[in-house]
Amino acid sequence: MERHFEKEIDSLKTMLMKMASMAEENFHNAIKALTERNRQLAAQVIETDQRVDALELEIDNAVVDVLALQKPVASDLRLIVAALKINNDLERISDHAVNIAQSVLTLIEASTVHTHLEIPKMADTTRSMLRDALDSFIHLDPEKARTVLTRDDEIDDLNRSNARQVIGWIQEKSLPVEEGLDLIRISRNLERVADLSTNIAEEVVFLTQARVVKHHADEKK
Amino acid sequence: MDPAIIQTRRLNLYYGNFHALNDIDLDVGEREITALIGPSGCGKSTLVRVFNRMNDLIDSARVTGDVRVHGENIYAPNVDLISLRSRVGMVFQRPNPFPLSVRDNITFGLEIHRRGSRKDFDALVEDGLRSVLLWDDLKDRLQGSALSLSLEQQQRLCIARVLVMRPDIILMDEPCSALDPIATLRIEELMRELKKNYTIVIVTHNMQQAARVSDFTAFLYLGTLVEFGGTKQIFTAPAQQKTEEYITGRFG
Repeated sequence: MERHFEKEIDSLKTMLMKMASMAEENFHNAIKALTERNRQLAAQVIETDQRVDALELEIDNAVVDVLALQKPVASDLRLIVAALKINNDLERISDHAVNIAQSVLTLIEASTVHTHLEIPKMADTTRSMLRDALDSFIHLDPEKARTVLTRDDEIDDLNRSNARQVIGWIQEKSLPVEEGLDLIRISRNLERVADLSTNIAEEVVFLTQARVVKHHADEKK
Repeated sequence: MDPAIIQTRRLNLYYGNFHALNDIDLDVGEREITALIGPSGCGKSTLVRVFNRMNDLIDSARVTGDVRVHGENIYAPNVDLISLRSRVGMVFQRPNPFPLSVRDNITFGLEIHRRGSRKDFDALVEDGLRSVLLWDDLKDRLQGSALSLSLEQQQRLCIARVLVMRPDIILMDEPCSALDPIATLRIEELMRELKKNYTIVIVTHNMQQAARVSDFTAFLYLGTLVEFGGTKQIFTAPAQQKTEEYITGRFG
């Protein structure tokens, strides 16, 4: 039996895909603006975020409508709840892209370029986590989602080592404090995007397998 | 969930050659609300009628297996049906008060079962009507005809009529299907109230009702118990594909 509900879900999924591609592109551009010292691209990231925010509200409203009118249960309910959370995660990812872009704009003014930091490597891993998390949602693939969860520790280590490195430079006065703070800020925002990608992957496991893997809940049982 | 007040093991029921219930193993917890759901013809009404042997009224019905209420085999030869049905009361789909006064509806069963003396009846009538929240509305109309009440009041009266017999278990077969949505919600509130003292088994077509009111849900399909579990689990993450398909409306 073809359900009317299916149409509502499809339209919700379409909106969420659009949200995902906008957030992913914004993150991608923030990193590109950093590596290419591209002021225009950084400004574009900040501007695009407003459209991401607007779409987030639209999706929230659509979710509330489905909950109120269709009273979904079981896998339908888990899909709706996951959509609501993923929507919020994506909006946050775009916010972190904005934070990175703002730091890029100030760093471009700076004279020194610090290529020793692991930021490009961190950005690559984070981007692949985000892409795999979104892929796992699109294809409802819990196995792929679980591969995202394993990569988060690597990002946390890189973030800590970046902070140590920057603090060292500041202490030996080879880096102005302001620039150092911006570098730490970029690293920290990358780490948050990796966390949010992990959240998305956890939602996909919940949605497809009705299992909570958040906060290592699986292992506590 | 312990102890089980109703327990079935390898319960089978046949109507002539038709196999209506197939190897049902079910434990109904005391002072819980258990909902039986499933598409029309799945056997849920048949199952609920096993618990007070209402199916005995159908000549072709034949039961095998074990059905226990409080550990007692209710299909044993020496079981007193009248006593069984006063312990396991039933509320039907359509409110069916007797064409008598409000008061006589309540005392009817008491007289038949010679429960209490007539001088106690006033107190029993008041207790019965209070427990279904009808007393304040009807205390001045006790001699009025039960048939002049609203459908919701009639259904409450039918529940009161069951309660005065002091049953342990109340079976409800689609008790709200003749009621409007607001009356339905009020009966559901009453069920939650009654649960403090009684075990309730409810058959319902309304899945939202099962979700709202019950502690445990049993899903039946083609006479088989497909899944039994906590209502929260059944409605968020059912274990069986068939349950998932039914409650999300993909079939049925």
